[in-house]
Amino acid sequence: MLYHRSLGAVIVFAIFVSAVLGLSFYLGRRAKSAKAYYAAGGQIHWFVNGVAFAGDYLSAASFLGICGMIAFFGYDGFLYSVGYLAGWIVALFVVAEPLKRMGRYTFADALDNRFQSRGIKLTAAISTLIVSIFYLIPQMVGAGVLIQPLLGFSHYVGVLLVGVLVITIVVTAGMVSTTWVQFIKGSLLVIFCFILTVLILKRGLTTQPVDEAGQPTPGFRTTTLATIAGTPNLEILPEEAGWAKKPYVRVVDKVTGETRVWRKMGDGDTLREAQTLTVRNGATFANGRRQGLGSGESDLRPVGHVVSLPGGVTRTGAQGPAEYLRTLQDSQMLLWSNEKLDEADGAKTTVYFPRIAAGSELLLPGASPTFAGLRGKDIWKRLDFLSLMLALFAGTASLPHILIRYYTVRDQASARKSTVVGIAAIGFFYVLTLFMGLGAMTSGSMDPTNNNMAAPLLAKSFSPWLFAVISAIAFTTVLGTVSGLILAASGAVAHDLMTNVFKMQMEDSKKVMMAKFSAVVVGVIAMVLGIVFKNMNVTFLVGWAFNIAASANLPALVMLLFWKRTTKQGIAAAIITGMVASLGWILVSAQAFKDVYGLDPKGAWVPFSQPGLVTIPLGFLVLVGVSLLTQAKGKPRLDEATGSDSGGSPACHPREPALGNHRP
Amino acid sequence: MAKIEDHAVAHVETETGATIAKNTRNALYLFFIYVAFYAGYMLLNALEPEVMAARPFGGLNLALIFGMFLIVLALVLALFYMWLCKGTEQTANRKANS
Repeated sequence: MLYHRSLGAVIVFAIFVSAVLGLSFYLGRRAKSAKAYYAAGGQIHWFVNGVAFAGDYLSAASFLGICGMIAFFGYDGFLYSVGYLAGWIVALFVVAEPLKRMGRYTFADALDNRFQSRGIKLTAAISTLIVSIFYLIPQMVGAGVLIQPLLGFSHYVGVLLVGVLVITIVVTAGMVSTTWVQFIKGSLLVIFCFILTVLILKRGLTTQPVDEAGQPTPGFRTTTLATIAGTPNLEILPEEAGWAKKPYVRVVDKVTGETRVWRKMGDGDTLREAQTLTVRNGATFANGRRQGLGSGESDLRPVGHVVSLPGGVTRTGAQGPAEYLRTLQDSQMLLWSNEKLDEADGAKTTVYFPRIAAGSELLLPGASPTFAGLRGKDIWKRLDFLSLMLALFAGTASLPHILIRYYTVRDQASARKSTVVGIAAIGFFYVLTLFMGLGAMTSGSMDPTNNNMAAPLLAKSFSPWLFAVISAIAFTTVLGTVSGLILAASGAVAHDLMTNVFKMQMEDSKKVMMAKFSAVVVGVIAMVLGIVFKNMNVTFLVGWAFNIAASANLPALVMLLFWKRTTKQGIAAAIITGMVASLGWILVSAQAFKDVYGLDPKGAWVPFSQPGLVTIPLGFLVLVGVSLLTQAKGKPRLDEATGSDSGGSPACHPREPALGNHRP
Repeated sequence: MAKIEDHAVAHVETETGATIAKNTRNALYLFFIYVAFYAGYMLLNALEPEVMAARPFGGLNLALIFGMFLIVLALVLALFYMWLCKGTEQTANRKANS
């Protein structure tokens, strides 16, 4: 679909960006030290940090990706919601407090708390960089994908805009500005998604949706073969080239020249109207006419309706949340899929076709292509699902840009409280995604070509003002997450590698300068990758990042905390094994064969695509094995509960001089 | 203008080793409770997905109920943990003062 540039969205976005940059420059004048750059001086209040967790974590994948997946396929997007949120239980009960006790600025600091090992620092830093880059690519691609429909600019403009803004935010005031950007973004996201959900419930369900002007959205006609045959000026076109043996009837109106495509629904004679987008000699045609918004041109029409409600009513009125879901369960919806065909003259056509789906089927797992294996007999597809859910569960608490947030609060009690606030905000948000996705599915406003636009277009169906705000928020979800990622990556380079591995002696102010320089370099790399990987499936990439983080980082973190005999060699080996195994598995998986190499997925070397089920336990096994082989005699072992040595002193920053005495 | 590092908070853990040990134990118990429910949800979806279509109460199917339950349970356990930690802290303070 084509979009008018929304001036409202541009204005709201410009206001938001100005506020955020202004805040960054103001705070930047007050934050000069390494502690301020990496950890905001340890002064962030736990409530602010908790909401910032939400702002850091809830990226475009959560907001737009999950809503879009639910809008197009039903329940399956909610599986991601449950998995993403469950990961915070690992963060709260296993990782938060020990990490805070043991570290200073980065995840590598925590891992190396007892050993002072360059091997650990090096491997942890590399792991941080790899996970951050994998997570950055889909964010930057997402920024580019959003910018065109929302603000009317080309893909690369979105990528460059996000890159430059984030570099500015991070370089001016590091963690301080990043925290406040994430706090603002997290608050706005939860508040406005709540407003949107209230509006959805207030509107209820209807078989005749209207747009923001109160006009009925374009319906989709039904007809029969007999009706077509009985209409003199209509002629059925032959099934040729890619149309042969497909369930379509192409009809041309001999008077107007208009071509319409109808899909056979498989229930007797009924045909439902489909839509087409054809690329011929570089020009695009929508539904037979040149694609455009001018006269003589046409565009794809928005989709997504309830076909029938229980009891045969046409409108339910306002409903409560449980009632809304119950009604949907017993309704039938018109969903839209697509397939690609070749025309006889070599043009490429994508057909967007409707299908009727029962709510009772849609609101169960397995309705989407991603999880269709749950409804089949293939054991490998079920293992793939389990592997993904394990990676989501284990991955959250292993993501470096989440872990560094723990160093911005004063103590582990604050770390605990802020995680609880984060769980409340993030959990509430994920409940809302179910209603936003289902609301979009039934709003008559979706773009059949673009899942990611489901949530903003849903907002548009209520009011252009809400569309402007939600669009601006959608764009800033990227800003908040990318800031955290670039900060984590710059910490890995400047603090972990330069200062701690390569032992480059620098004054504090020089360290901060190197960190800022690293942020610029990582930011530029992210921009380049965001443009290069423009057509990559972003959900795939986010799943990759979770798998790698969980495989490389979690075994090391957990065993360090809970097994006395962990050695530094075991930790380094576990990180390397987890990283290499998960990356290697992904690169030879069916998903990579299909989406990256363009090869037949049947040629994949591994039986399922998500490695977590294999590579996470492998990380644990390698750590245990190598640790047992490298036990040093006579050296202190780890105390289980505190991570301190058996000499008994608590392990709060044993190498850390008393803070608060820092003077340049 | 005051700099952030001028007010940098001294990292002083107020929780003792015994408190930390108790909190860690409580955290692990609650963690395994959640893992049990999450594993149940995952395994049902993977191995017996037709069970998720059942409508045990409220007219909603098990998939919806169970999914929402896991989200709510996460918050409930988190708040319960906070309450337990507060209790542990008060006990430790009482012992320290007596």
